[in-house]
Amino acid sequence: MMAKLPGLGPRSARRAVLHMIKKRGMLMTPLADALHSVAATARECLNCGNIGTTDICDICASEKRRTGELCVVEDVADLWAMERAAVFKGRYHVLGGTLSALDAIGPDELHIPKLLDRVSAEEITEVILALNATIDGQTTAHYIADSLEGRVSVTSLAQGVPIGGELDYLDGGTITAAMKARKAF
Amino acid sequence: MEWRDQGALLSVRRHGETSAIIEVFTAEHGRHAGVVRGGASRKVAPILQPGAQLDVTWRARLDEHLGAFKVEPVKSRAAAVMGDRMAMAGLNAITGLLGFSLPERENHPLLYQRTMTLLDLLGNSEAWPLAYLRWELALLDELGFGLDLTKCAVTGALDDLAYVSPRTGRAVSAEAAGEWADRMLPLPESLLGHGMGELGDVSEGLKTTGYFLANRLAAQLGGNQLPQARQRLVDRIARHSAID
Repeated sequence: MMAKLPGLGPRSARRAVLHMIKKRGMLMTPLADALHSVAATARECLNCGNIGTTDICDICASEKRRTGELCVVEDVADLWAMERAAVFKGRYHVLGGTLSALDAIGPDELHIPKLLDRVSAEEITEVILALNATIDGQTTAHYIADSLEGRVSVTSLAQGVPIGGELDYLDGGTITAAMKARKAF
Repeated sequence: MEWRDQGALLSVRRHGETSAIIEVFTAEHGRHAGVVRGGASRKVAPILQPGAQLDVTWRARLDEHLGAFKVEPVKSRAAAVMGDRMAMAGLNAITGLLGFSLPERENHPLLYQRTMTLLDLLGNSEAWPLAYLRWELALLDELGFGLDLTKCAVTGALDDLAYVSPRTGRAVSAEAAGEWADRMLPLPESLLGHGMGELGDVSEGLKTTGYFLANRLAAQLGGNQLPQARQRLVDRIARHSAID
């Protein structure tokens, strides 16, 4: 079973299991208890799609996060990345993927109708599109921006040189995006 | 079996945890699929964006095998279109239509050249919607559903061509159309290679090419629907032409 987990092959799974057996009391039992607890309580937030232990996650339930800003992300992992940065104080909306003609994923397969409902119901003033800088991600971003046109302010994350990045190692596309988005210094 | 070629990436699909199956429209080998080992990695995934120009080396034990690609980036086209909604819709329509319509491993050198020119125009020139319309005509022609717009199918007249017959795909003059005009498809100047390629004109032309793509080409391919990406582009061009 361990070998079926992402990132683990049969050999690394065997090593992990052996390690846990050796440290049964310190590692295996607490891990088993934690897994059991998560399996019993973890669920998807009915409002935003985040994963929590209640029907409405802590972020959606918090009054402090009712700032009028809504950050749209592709996946829960992206939401967690944004939370790690601790720079955004509003609420989130997890789409659950991106539009993809190849995989027959249309707007109804994602949580886009729910997003449009939330914009009205929660008095959102700004929707921030934090989607991946890929063709699929940006196609989805454009689709959402079109759907929200005239209703609310729509912004997206900037694209360009990463912190600590050296120009020499950047691809042409990133340099082009950074050049197009240059600002007064 | 091994060959090396250049081409534009049409689609990417995850294959297992680390690899990807890609489709590339190549200069000498047509639409060709293959596995890219490590194609889902942080290093390679950013290269594998639809529309990207790649230098590919394909290798397989037998010709009929899926085979594996080694890819080298030549040119990324994603950055040029990402900030431009219409260009993005154009890129998706082009890659979607090629993936949908081209038979695998069949060489189409003329269409390849036109496709490369069109992809390079996206986001860099305002003339690309007209080039896109002409490209759809070329796609129909290449796949055996070409339109004959040189003269009127009824009278043989070279002037006053106003319609296209949905049955034959041939031009019809306004005079010859007579009471059948409302059953004909529009023949705007952009389809005849005239005019400045205004969006309204291009939008009309796309109705005609769309009819033949859906009712001739797609019907021949088992009645599958055209990619939604094309319809999104057509809607966007129509919306912009209404604003203009």
